[in-house]
Amino acid sequence: MTAPSEPPAATQPLIEARDLERRYTRSRRRSVHALRGVSFEIAAGQRFGIVGESGSGKSTLVRLLAALDTPTAGSVSFRGNRIDGVAERGLRFLRSELQIVFQDPMGSLDPRMRVRDIIREPLGRTRRAEHTERVAELLEAVELPADSGQRYPHQFSGGQRQRISIARALAPRPSVLIADEPVSALDVSVRAQILDLLLDLVERLGLTLVFVSHDLNVVRYVCDEVAVMRHGEIVERGPIDRVYAEPAHPYTQQLLAAAPSLRAALARLEEGP
Amino acid sequence: MTVLRVDELSVSAGGQSLVRDVSFQIGAGERVGLIGESGSGKTLTASSVLGLLPDGLHATGSVRLGEQELLGASERTLSRLRGMEISMVFQEPMTALNPSMRVGSQVAEPMLLHGTRPDRRAARSAAVELFDSVRLPDPEGTARAYPHQLSGGQRQRVLLAIALANDPALLICDEPTTALDVTVQAQILALILAATRERDTALLFITHDLAVVASVCERVLVMLDGEIIESGGTREVLSSPRHEYTGKLLAASDLEAR
Ligand SMILES: Nc1ncnc2c1ncn2[C@@H]1O[C@H](COP(=O)(O)OP(=O)(O)O)[C@@H](O)[C@H]1O
Ligand SMILES: Nc1ncnc2c1ncn2[C@@H]1O[C@H](COP(=O)(O)OP(=O)(O)O)[C@@H](O)[C@H]1O
Ligand SMILES: [Mg+2]
Ligand SMILES: [Mg+2]
Repeated sequence: MTAPSEPPAATQPLIEARDLERRYTRSRRRSVHALRGVSFEIAAGQRFGIVGESGSGKSTLVRLLAALDTPTAGSVSFRGNRIDGVAERGLRFLRSELQIVFQDPMGSLDPRMRVRDIIREPLGRTRRAEHTERVAELLEAVELPADSGQRYPHQFSGGQRQRISIARALAPRPSVLIADEPVSALDVSVRAQILDLLLDLVERLGLTLVFVSHDLNVVRYVCDEVAVMRHGEIVERGPIDRVYAEPAHPYTQQLLAAAPSLRAALARLEEGP
Repeated sequence: MTVLRVDELSVSAGGQSLVRDVSFQIGAGERVGLIGESGSGKTLTASSVLGLLPDGLHATGSVRLGEQELLGASERTLSRLRGMEISMVFQEPMTALNPSMRVGSQVAEPMLLHGTRPDRRAARSAAVELFDSVRLPDPEGTARAYPHQLSGGQRQRVLLAIALANDPALLICDEPTTALDVTVQAQILALILAATRERDTALLFITHDLAVVASVCERVLVMLDGEIIESGGTREVLSSPRHEYTGKLLAASDLEAR
């Protein structure tokens, strides 16, 4: 594990969520209460994990943090500025400061675009010449071959596509990277490579990371702080090592007990049946 | 007693070789894991055993269930064995279930088809008992539900009930919990273990998750690019792997150690 970098002393949290509610209305009579009063703060430099089972509201929360969706109630602030319910032109700073990487790179990479155009898309249409240099830099940062830019997404493996999404996210030099289940669709050895790449980039570029996963082992590997979600609520939050060693909430205990652990399973085999 | 014996199984598509010289055996009550990354040939190996290879693929070698050779056996022979002597549970329960049929009837069907229960009533009540044994809530009520009315974990329990309906000699599970949440996964794995122990069923368990294989299987086969590159007791293989690839797989899986 990399040593947790000390978060810079900040007077004000980088991201602040207050009493967030999100209801999706499916019909006149049916609605889903996807977030039920979620509050937390993320300090600059933190590697903040959000863990929970499917449907617990992780992606809903992430969309609110990125101002891609509006809460039914509550607020989200970024460096002290409200970003919930703000019109798109008031969010321009956020679109370069905060970027997202999703689980399924194929779904979020336009198959008709060349990789270089995908990567420079967040940079806008001006100063194309400078962008060529930036694309080369980014391909190198995510350890893809220099000639990848001319190719199309389908010509890459799942892990390489996730590298392309990461390169695109880093293009506008964000200070915050949100990754929503970025390795859930990948094989273990590719998963480990992508996690190491993310950790390396976070450290080198001094990024704040918000990392979503259903896998506690993965969150433990990546994050220094964790929030555990269930049914639209945060049931427990704290430093990852404490939550892992002494889970306070029964649901966290249940999650930890259910998570398959190679070490524990091998230890049981060691003891014999 | 050897339940399944696979000898030099190879699978090809046109000129392309996808699985090469795979050999292994599974005895009664033995739980064997088949691990490897996606594309390594795990599903094709299982499909060959079930006689369910996709069109255009061709298998050679030998697959014997007891005394019966399955490779090249007629569809009639195979369908007599499937759901009776061999059954399977796949990753995606929704595609394996009939969306427009009540799940109770789907469990009763293999029993009626193979005549292991005298009539529809007996098959129905056996289905409800099976639902109880796979810990479905309200077994009677669940039997009347359609697949879309159940959660992913509940559908996987229904599939397991279908697979166990006729007490098969061999159960094949292909990534049965990959799409499930960890707490549900833990419950389904416990059920598979209990059911195969109780019935002395031979189990071929496919997964890419080493922690899962270590909690379920006594022996493990490691597949890479269509070949079995290492096999042995789960503890031996996963604590002192001999093949470089197995070592890499372990290092990548064991995030706790990194
Ligand atoms: N656009 C939507 N419309 C209606 N319901 C939704 C929508 N997005 C998510 N939901 C529901 O909100 C809940 C939380 O979903 P989500 O945030 O995607 O959870 P997670 O990412 O933890 O799996 C689920 O019940 C889901 O079905
Ligand atoms: N119907 C098919 N035609 C041609 N190639 C196939 C077919 N099905 C699978 N393959 C190829 O065979 C290899 C093994 O596939 P599979 O057994 O599904 O792998 P696994 O289950 O280990 O992920 C893969 O390279 C896959 O692309
Ligand atoms: Mg999600
Ligand atoms: Mg497969």
